[in-house]
Amino acid sequence: MDWMLLLEWVIKSFVLSLILLGGFAYLTWFERKVLARFQVRIGPNRAGPYALLQPIADAVKLIFKEEFTPARAEKILFFLAPIVTVVPALVVAAVVPWGPDIQIGSYTLRLYIADISVGVLYITAITSIAVYGITLAGWSSNNKYALMGGLRSSAQMVSYELALGFCFVIAILMSGSMRPIDIVDAQRNGWFFLIQPAGAFVFLIATLAEVNRAPFDMPEAEQELAAGFHSEYSGMKFALFFMAEYTKMITISSIAVTLFFGGYLGPFVDQLPFLGPIYMLAKIVALLFFMVWVRATLPRIRYDRLMAFGWKVLLPLTLALVLITAVGILLAQEVNPNLIWITPVISAFAGFFAIGLVDRSLRRKAYAAR
Amino acid sequence: MGAQILFFLCAALILISAIMVVTVRNLIHAALWLIATLFGAALLYASLDASFIAVVQVVVYIGAIAIMFIFAVMLTRRELLIKTDQTNANWPLALGLSAVMLVALGYVIGGFGVTLNTTPAAIPAGVDPLTLLGKALLAPEAYVLPFEVASVLLLAAMVGAVYVAMNKK
Amino acid sequence: MLLEYAAIGIMILVVSLIGLIAIGLGTIFGPKRQTDRKAAPYESGMTPIGPGIRRVPVRFYLIAVLFILFDIEVVFFLPWAIAFRQLGLFGLAEMLIFIAILLVGYIYAWKKGALEWE
Repeated sequence: MDWMLLLEWVIKSFVLSLILLGGFAYLTWFERKVLARFQVRIGPNRAGPYALLQPIADAVKLIFKEEFTPARAEKILFFLAPIVTVVPALVVAAVVPWGPDIQIGSYTLRLYIADISVGVLYITAITSIAVYGITLAGWSSNNKYALMGGLRSSAQMVSYELALGFCFVIAILMSGSMRPIDIVDAQRNGWFFLIQPAGAFVFLIATLAEVNRAPFDMPEAEQELAAGFHSEYSGMKFALFFMAEYTKMITISSIAVTLFFGGYLGPFVDQLPFLGPIYMLAKIVALLFFMVWVRATLPRIRYDRLMAFGWKVLLPLTLALVLITAVGILLAQEVNPNLIWITPVISAFAGFFAIGLVDRSLRRKAYAAR
Repeated sequence: MGAQILFFLCAALILISAIMVVTVRNLIHAALWLIATLFGAALLYASLDASFIAVVQVVVYIGAIAIMFIFAVMLTRRELLIKTDQTNANWPLALGLSAVMLVALGYVIGGFGVTLNTTPAAIPAGVDPLTLLGKALLAPEAYVLPFEVASVLLLAAMVGAVYVAMNKK
Repeated sequence: MLLEYAAIGIMILVVSLIGLIAIGLGTIFGPKRQTDRKAAPYESGMTPIGPGIRRVPVRFYLIAVLFILFDIEVVFFLPWAIAFRQLGLFGLAEMLIFIAILLVGYIYAWKKGALEWE
């Protein structure tokens, strides 16, 4: 065993985790500030300049709160659930490349932790493990709201995972590889967002459901379910759930950037490799802003409609998009490379067609209710 | 040598958690131990350089089938969860079948001439196992028919599940 | 290849450690005043009614089963997507047959109301 290699991994894992945790802390600040602006408020402005110390104040407050376990909860599972939730949220990021390799003397710094040939499938695997933390938290709390909240959230995540999986298939089709680095490289001639805009949009929608964000934030439907699966949690255990949600936002945005928005690619990135992480960060912040924007704009969707949207709209739509992409690639390969641009046109048409169907069905339901 | 140690660690994880699956009383705990067993199998595949199978094991078995088990257990009544009997009247038959299976597996594996020093064969350089897998599944001269038949199997499962669940109401 | 998985294993350990430290900090610095009222299940301030864990609707089970089937379908798509450029038209035709068979089941589930949620 090479001890230097081991040391490198430990340091890299620590650095990546700390970056994500720092990102989490300031994402809460970012969200509060941006939401405040949307609602013509000032938002947090007490702790330090621009309230930049607010996340630290929040952390200190949570540390001094009681670590509480309800009497009839399943103690071990109740303790494990937050950890099981937070680990996948961070570990997903291990395969996302943050930039091209950087040469420092004879040492090559790789800006990712692991380069596995089935990287995209690995992402699917880890996100599907994340469901357990939520189910177990709901089950072990011995609380009706928590149980129903946990079940609802896990059923929701599971349903939107399918749409997410088919969006992965679209990116793999276009790049011909499952390695995230190859997928980024394949976008040198144009981001996949340009070839498959509908796929990228569906990916973003499914992402919101996967991280339980507004307008799909069922666990936070406090009128129905108190606080959902984390009703009984307090102190740092609650903080871990909160951390998992926000780090998941960051990691899943980084995955979306890698698959559809050109990853770390940008002007001059080959000459100046350190620009890679900067481009990556800029794109992630743009997506995070989009997520906060959606939260500020859209009301929560009712649970039955949310499930129907996942199963009846997104699933067939992504399946159709996979086939459209395949046809486009085939035409480009066999007939004329320019025919690849059929893909965005037809898929945009498919997307609008789906929107039209949803609109018609909702109108009919509203009419029937009257 | 490292590969052997890894194998024994995975095997220990699989065996111990498998024993826990059949001995713990609480069905939810049994389902969780089952996840540990499945994860051990995934580690075993990963140690043999079979990335695709390893990760598919996690996606399908841990990410989907075990979730279904947990939901199914939650469908049962709470008394059933705690006071389930470990065995039923068929246990001698099961024991006999398992013994036969053990002997048969031992016989087959003994035929491979595997010793403790056998190392897994490496993937030749320049070969992409995933492309090979894709071609093997879909190329006309390979396994197209089983691939298409698999969809019929999935169809049957889907229709069966919907029928059972929707008619019980 | 195996080394890459070891790196992920180390990351899992590091992250679990961070989680444990976080809970540990809370346990050390937080107050501990357990009362019977506080330890009772939270039900919006009312006295809890009935057991906290009850049978869940059969819907969730059905969703889980349908998820397994479509998840396996996604897994079948992946090697196809990688080898698609070499397979060409034949690969597309095969996938169309595969999807057509599964669509029958999907339409059946839809017509039976398995995708409704009332």
